[in-house]
Amino acid sequence: MKKGILSKNFQLFVTIVLFLVLFLAGSLRYRGFFSAQVFLNLFIDNAYLIIIAVGLTFVLISGGIDISVASVVAFVGMLSAYLLQNGWNPYVVMLLMLLIGSTGGFLMGYIIHYFKIQPFIATLAGQFLYRGACFIISTTSIIIDNPVYTTIANYQIKLAPKAYISISVVIALLVVIAGTIMARFSKFGRAVYAVGGNEQSANLMGLPVGRIKVLVYVLSGFCAALGGIVFSFYTLSGYGLQNIGLEMDAIASSVIGGTLLTGGVGSVVGSMFGVLIQGIIQTIIIFQGNLSSWWTKVAVASLLCLFIVLQRIISANRDKFKRKMLNNA
Amino acid sequence: MKKLTRNQIFWPLVALIVLLIYNAFFAKNFFKISVVDGHLYGNLIDILKNFAPLALLSIGMTLVIATGGVDISVGSVVAISGAIACSIIDGRLGIFNHSLVSALVSALLSGLACGLWNGFLVAKVKIQPMVATLILLTAGRGIAQLITKGKIVTINSAPMMKEYYFIGAGYLLGLPFALYIVIAFLFLVLLLVKRTAFGLFLQSLGINSKSSMLSGINVDRIKLVVYTISGFLASIAGILISSNIKGADCNNAGLFIELDAILSVAIGGNSLNGGKFMVQASIVGALFVQCLTTTVYALGVPPEAISLLKAIVIIVLCLFQSDSFRQRVFKGFKRSVKGADAA
Repeated sequence: MKKGILSKNFQLFVTIVLFLVLFLAGSLRYRGFFSAQVFLNLFIDNAYLIIIAVGLTFVLISGGIDISVASVVAFVGMLSAYLLQNGWNPYVVMLLMLLIGSTGGFLMGYIIHYFKIQPFIATLAGQFLYRGACFIISTTSIIIDNPVYTTIANYQIKLAPKAYISISVVIALLVVIAGTIMARFSKFGRAVYAVGGNEQSANLMGLPVGRIKVLVYVLSGFCAALGGIVFSFYTLSGYGLQNIGLEMDAIASSVIGGTLLTGGVGSVVGSMFGVLIQGIIQTIIIFQGNLSSWWTKVAVASLLCLFIVLQRIISANRDKFKRKMLNNA
Repeated sequence: MKKLTRNQIFWPLVALIVLLIYNAFFAKNFFKISVVDGHLYGNLIDILKNFAPLALLSIGMTLVIATGGVDISVGSVVAISGAIACSIIDGRLGIFNHSLVSALVSALLSGLACGLWNGFLVAKVKIQPMVATLILLTAGRGIAQLITKGKIVTINSAPMMKEYYFIGAGYLLGLPFALYIVIAFLFLVLLLVKRTAFGLFLQSLGINSKSSMLSGINVDRIKLVVYTISGFLASIAGILISSNIKGADCNNAGLFIELDAILSVAIGGNSLNGGKFMVQASIVGALFVQCLTTTVYALGVPPEAISLLKAIVIIVLCLFQSDSFRQRVFKGFKRSVKGADAA
């Protein structure tokens, strides 16, 4: 058990078990809960959040933070709705959005690393900038009725007679897979972990710390823009006040999934399960019917608290274990 | 001159004065102050009245940031304290109905409790400040909604409405009453910071928490106190905000005010990594943020654009405060050794 608690994947394991327990509890308690579609809806409704959380996870692992993602989503929705209304080619629009997200991320990463500005403040500026830019485009919501967008939005991939997923889910899963491969098996991924674990030693090891730190923000900006595109499939409109506070949901998902905000620890899959856990709490509250939706927030916060305390216990244990090993040696 | 520009409060004051000069030229009647209903009236007075909640929050935030932490839950504490105060005044909570004193006391106690909770998580459980306060940020609005049962509580017809309204929107000797509250708390906190050992310890804790601990300072207790002060001040801000609109709106009361508070502290030139701090400078920062908001309204720019302006202000101010930026831009041509170091 002791070794189990110390293992790197223990928290991921707890997160997945918790997800299964919640799903099981819901299935036992509510009629109609145990169905493939309820399960798949978790992915359909949260595809954009999963994508955003993947990008954010890299930033958090590197020891930074990005609170601009929610505004990026709103801005992408707004600008693409506006451009589509003006007859732009939808594919060009999508590419442009990804480019804008990445460029924004690059700029934020650049001033964070090279001008030594706190990530929180730099991305706060980004958040305000994107949000303000939304309202320059329009203060009201704009609908998206471009045929390509509506087709993608309504397309159902049938997995079984009564179970389907949307294209957004496929995108989200691809992002999760790509993210996992990048984090686990690429040079870049390992460097991100190293920078987050200890920036100074990473530097001494000869890793290009600056480039890595800028790149994680580029990645996060890219994922946020992709999440924004997926979100505009989901709502088929753009609105400047969309998704206020989403960045905190994404950060909470990552933390529930085992990411340490001090950096160096975390996994993409964990963040995905973090999102799914929040989704399933929401689903349970909807099935219960008589609970106010505010309980979702309270429940998520309690879980967050639980997981953070758990993380503390784990890292405290790990320190003790290390010290013991050192003493023995 | 050099001594003057080195002073931390210098640049925020310059920014504020530049903004005011801009207004003098471009916003009509910005400096006009008249007497209406026996109190002063005008844009400047409005700024002083509306900046009170933000000023209180930025006082607390300065102390928290001085320890190297951050408290992002203050907006939710604002919502909770407003919800409690208004529910009691309106007679919805069942206990101590309609009593002003009990409403205020319960609201302040809720703030103390929230602050203690944050402080406990940070100081005792040793969770990173941002994550620890993220918990209350997420839960806080939910809790406030549960207190008001999901409704917007209005206190228009409550018996103690006038007295409650006075706190946030009343005038004393021609000036907003809320301003006196800010001054009182600024005075108290300055006393605490400048005239007690606590202030000294606080600064040393921010500069180097480990060496402070080794020199025998009870680091945990200082952190606990600082977060409690922040929560307490946030609950006062909650009372001011809810009193000003005669009601508690759990969704919107104090929404994103934590970002403004952090912004005020940053504009005040305080390092967000902790260490040296200046509460007065943060107050000037808060004044600047509020002045910016009022300017935007006075100019007739759509209020939504304000976040764009804030973004530009953050970027400009932060870049000018960043040493490596100054070196790159102003000494870039000389190719000095320092510049090479920064690169």
